[in-house]
Amino acid sequence: MDATVHTSLRPLLTLTGAGIQRQDRWLVRNVGLSVAPGEIVTLIGPNGSGKSTTAKMAVGLLEPDEGTCERMPGLSVGYVPQKLNIDRTLPLTVKRLLTLSARYSDAQIGEALFAVGIPDLVDAQVQHLSGGEFQRALLARAMIAKPDILVLDEPVQGVDFAGEVALYDLIQEIRDKTGCGVLLISHDLHMVMAATDTVICLNGHVCCTGTPEVVSADPEYVRLFGQRASEALAVYRHKHDHVHLPDGRVQHADGTITDHCHPDDGHHREGEAQEREPHA
Amino acid sequence: MGTIVRAKHKSANRMLDDFFTRALLAGIGLAIMVGPMGCFVVWRRMSYFGDTMSHSALLGVGVAFLLELPLVAGVFAIAVTVSLSLLFLQSRNALPTDALLGILSHSTLALGLVIVAFISWIQVDLMGFLFGDILAVSRTDLAIIYGGGLALLAVLIWIWRSLLTATVNPEIAQAEGLKPERSKLIFMLIMASVIAMAMKLVGILLITALLIIPAATARRFASGPEHMAVLASLIGGVAAAAGLFGSLRFDTPSGPSIVVAALILFLLSQVPALFAKPSQRPNDGALS
Repeated sequence: MDATVHTSLRPLLTLTGAGIQRQDRWLVRNVGLSVAPGEIVTLIGPNGSGKSTTAKMAVGLLEPDEGTCERMPGLSVGYVPQKLNIDRTLPLTVKRLLTLSARYSDAQIGEALFAVGIPDLVDAQVQHLSGGEFQRALLARAMIAKPDILVLDEPVQGVDFAGEVALYDLIQEIRDKTGCGVLLISHDLHMVMAATDTVICLNGHVCCTGTPEVVSADPEYVRLFGQRASEALAVYRHKHDHVHLPDGRVQHADGTITDHCHPDDGHHREGEAQEREPHA
Repeated sequence: MGTIVRAKHKSANRMLDDFFTRALLAGIGLAIMVGPMGCFVVWRRMSYFGDTMSHSALLGVGVAFLLELPLVAGVFAIAVTVSLSLLFLQSRNALPTDALLGILSHSTLALGLVIVAFISWIQVDLMGFLFGDILAVSRTDLAIIYGGGLALLAVLIWIWRSLLTATVNPEIAQAEGLKPERSKLIFMLIMASVIAMAMKLVGILLITALLIIPAATARRFASGPEHMAVLASLIGGVAAAAGLFGSLRFDTPSGPSIVVAALILFLLSQVPALFAKPSQRPNDGALS
């Protein structure tokens, strides 16, 4: 699906019709997205919807089995993976964690740790950090190299609500200061950062793409993501042209029900809030 | 001209004439060299992998005898083959890694024993290969240990940043352009070389001990990865010297004595942990 918000700047990376197949099963398929300098793109979706797989394609950890992934030549990436367990046998201070992939001066390290709010933990062993402190340290590690793009796979996991808000503010601040692009994955449907330019709903494919608005829950969105989502704020207003039924089938806007949905199966319409390019 | 040079080195020569001095130099040199590698084996949880590679060395010995190759070449080739086979089998995802390692480890050891038994025309000192014979180290062996050891250390330093980042997280290393697969492969080649070099000194059954125990001992005192690597070298060197003097004093086999000395140092290093709160042990449960 080519449902991307096109900005005037040349994108840092672009996925076009990209998919990953494992043992006859498509983990994710037909993903189209692009991240421009200074743009914050958030991927949301239920468990198993292919968010991490999409992020891994974007940074080049996985080669798409169909479609393409174009990265700007010489693109530097700062990556925070979803899972990171540092073996307890490896002695590692926060300072050494930040200097893993390149050397930095004490001043740069201090600045990065100050920015993420843990300036006192420079000599702490990473295994002794709390979940929130560790996520901050990882964010500092990813941003210290001043990369062109930050790819953050659930950077606020294990962080309490106040910390979550602070981390999202911080990501926005980094973006404002350095002008880097940000590809953010959020498992939390209730909480998508306000500064997000583009939200992409994944559910094995791109369900919809749009600009977030903190307004009351969109009924279509609630139906897609379940009752729990309706108790909180919907992240943005958009109109789904199809509904995923509880049994996995798909009901389209014209009332028909199919086993799967594809953007070009004739059931999809142009939605007012969607910036989708017309399909044949 | 030659006589002058020889005269200058006379005292050094005489020193190296003593088999015990050669053994001491070989043991300490080897331990210092494998210290940083042992750290990576511990960090990457590769101790059973190291065991498998060193057990396969006996198959390498058998193949070398059969094909009349130099022993070191046979051992290196088989160790590399075994580690590449493991990578291939892992990618097939048919069996869990520990089962694959168990199959490879014991079948290569058994194959090696069978082949060596077949070679009736050569007197093979099986015990020498299994447990090492550091007291039989020649000057050439010393040259190989120090020359090869320095070369391997240089390669390890060259891939250090990439390998360490990949040890923390291979995805970060790859996303940030550090080529983790390449450094992983190079590290395997380093391991195969170490096994080929260390076989004669401590024997294939005890090589992994020399890699792991000093590194595990160093963990308690280390504040950073490089610090731990240097400490592991020093602790290994002390263990090698203590083990050899112990074997001289008590007339015990030299390879096992070095490992016992390393074990005693490890146990001593754990004493302070007995008095600390369990949650503060930096390495609890992670040394298996």
